[in-house]
Amino acid sequence: MPTTTDPQPQPQPQPRPPGPKKPHPTRSPAHPGAFTRSLLLWGLSLRALWVSLWTTHAHLFFMSGLRAKLLPRAVKSVRKLADRQRQLAEEWSGRDFPAPYPELPSADQGAALRAQLASREGQVWRDWRWANLHPYVGGLIAFAPLALVLSGVWGLLTAVFGVRLSQEWDSIWYLFVPVQNWPTAALAGVLGALQFPLAFRWAAPRAVSLHERYLRAMLAPSEDELRAEMAEMAHRIDHLTTTRTAAVDTQMAEIRRIERDLHDGAQARLVAMGMTLDAAEHLLESNPEAVRALLAEARENSTKALQELRDLVRGIHPPVLADRGLADAVRSLALISPLRTEVRADLPARPEPPVESAAYFAVSELMTNAAKHSGAGRARIDISHEPARPDYEPDIDTGTDRGTGTDTATRTGPTPGTLRIKVTDDGRGGADATRGTGLRGIEQRLATFDGVLTVSSPLGGPTTVTLEVPCALSSPKTTSC
Amino acid sequence: MRVVLAEDHFLLRDGLARLLTAFGHEVAAAVDNGPELLAALMDLRPDVAIVDVRLPPGFSDEGLRAAVEARGRVPGLPVLLLSQYVEPLYAHELLATGSEGVGYVLKDRVSNGAQFIGTIERVARGGTAMDPEVISQLLVRKARDTAMAALTGREREVLECLAQGRSNAGIAEALFISEKAVAKHIGNIFPKLGLPPSDTDNRRVLAVLAYLNH
Repeated sequence: MPTTTDPQPQPQPQPRPPGPKKPHPTRSPAHPGAFTRSLLLWGLSLRALWVSLWTTHAHLFFMSGLRAKLLPRAVKSVRKLADRQRQLAEEWSGRDFPAPYPELPSADQGAALRAQLASREGQVWRDWRWANLHPYVGGLIAFAPLALVLSGVWGLLTAVFGVRLSQEWDSIWYLFVPVQNWPTAALAGVLGALQFPLAFRWAAPRAVSLHERYLRAMLAPSEDELRAEMAEMAHRIDHLTTTRTAAVDTQMAEIRRIERDLHDGAQARLVAMGMTLDAAEHLLESNPEAVRALLAEARENSTKALQELRDLVRGIHPPVLADRGLADAVRSLALISPLRTEVRADLPARPEPPVESAAYFAVSELMTNAAKHSGAGRARIDISHEPARPDYEPDIDTGTDRGTGTDTATRTGPTPGTLRIKVTDDGRGGADATRGTGLRGIEQRLATFDGVLTVSSPLGGPTTVTLEVPCALSSPKTTSC
Repeated sequence: MRVVLAEDHFLLRDGLARLLTAFGHEVAAAVDNGPELLAALMDLRPDVAIVDVRLPPGFSDEGLRAAVEARGRVPGLPVLLLSQYVEPLYAHELLATGSEGVGYVLKDRVSNGAQFIGTIERVARGGTAMDPEVISQLLVRKARDTAMAALTGREREVLECLAQGRSNAGIAEALFISEKAVAKHIGNIFPKLGLPPSDTDNRRVLAVLAYLNH
């Protein structure tokens, strides 16, 4: 096949500024290398056929639970092919070809991968759709110039051998010409020859550019999708900015509180102790009785200082939380709560320490609230972790009234799983997340972790507060739950 | 008494050993981590063990675990837990192994040597010693229970002292009331809690602890 139609070495694509979406005006429609390109594209479409067969098999196996390890490799091969196509399209058209991929889950995260594949949007899905269609549509487009050339060759062959062949085979046709004698054979030859320039000059560049448009339609995110993605990102940035500010404020307030507690508490007591001991030293000779009293006072101060330090540490990070994790720390809260509290925990492992701490203090505050304001006698705390599911929806209702819950976080797509804590009391109800500063504070602190607080508190009770924090369980289990 | 000591802080371990020796007790072993403690308890079967809750290698609750494990294998093995913090959950778990011969007190209490030795001896005899802070934390919870609500403020103070394992005389001294008044309060408390009155100190404490542990 003559591929030497380019009279000069192929010009490298000029680096162009990304910009106009319509075809570049300076690009000549009859690019000399267009035919070679169409051949390359056709070759790639044959590879796509192979990839598509393979991935379909892998997908079937994956969905039936067998050989799940095949799938990540299949996904990678699709992406590799799509990357090659996009790279060629970018090179030849000089225009950007966006491909916003989510992060590819590692091979052992079958569920996350399944989630990506199951979604009916996004780049991964577009890739798959494209890979299965491409061998036919892309192949047909890319094959057209080659088909013309082959037809031209057949025309020339007809011109040379047509007369003799027509005698042997009764009659042969070339296009619309019945070849019977030498003038018709010559006509076939001319028609055939004409198809070469048609293929190289006209069909090849058009096939290449049509192929590119088809690729963009299949593989690139649509304008709407891009806009939606941008809007979502903007929303997300807003949300992150707000929660970050709140987190920083909370942290500063905490630090100030700790500083004040130390300054007014343990530090002051130690100063007083020093003074008492000093006074005792001076009185040692003259008034042993007074020294005894002073020493007793010093010991009292040391006891109180220790007590205050203990309380302070408990407020920063309770030892039982560090030692035993969330479930046992909440059990400990239940033990000292004035409410008769039942704790049910089902955590196969521990959440990240910051999430654990936030959840603990949230529960602690909820229990305090319940004991103070609800008039309840009993409470129940359910702690569970729900692993990531592919069709994750941020709906968290479990059958009770939604109440006045306000979802502060927008969550789309799969999450690493959800830590869910439900605190229920049998009090008089009527709690309102929009009024109580306590609930608002908890909500703000959870928002740092994209957590959500839902309150269901009809008048007359019962009150159910549900905390949900997206998080993975990581640390190994250290105690039975 | 033969004592096994488990404390990772060198100064405190040394100090405790000195204190025990000074009061005429024998330190059979002084260890600084959880596995060694369990081995020592099993091999030496001491009269009492003094155990820091937080021990190497994990620095979480190795001491408690070793103590609970040892009491599971040797029921009634006297153990006194020491800790920088009192954790109601740990008290609960310790009491779940039986309320005879257990104690759980703050390390602060060590500073009063004679009183601390008294606590150790009480635990070694099969008594109970709970830090007032544990008791008060657990009592908060019980405050709402109907039975507890029936107690007067003074009766609750007496109950708290009872839970610490004090004798009538000790309670009288602590609350600055007469022994007769203490006996009267105790007589009132038991029916209110639905517990049969009993003569011996130990059974009274057991009853109170059983109630707290309920």
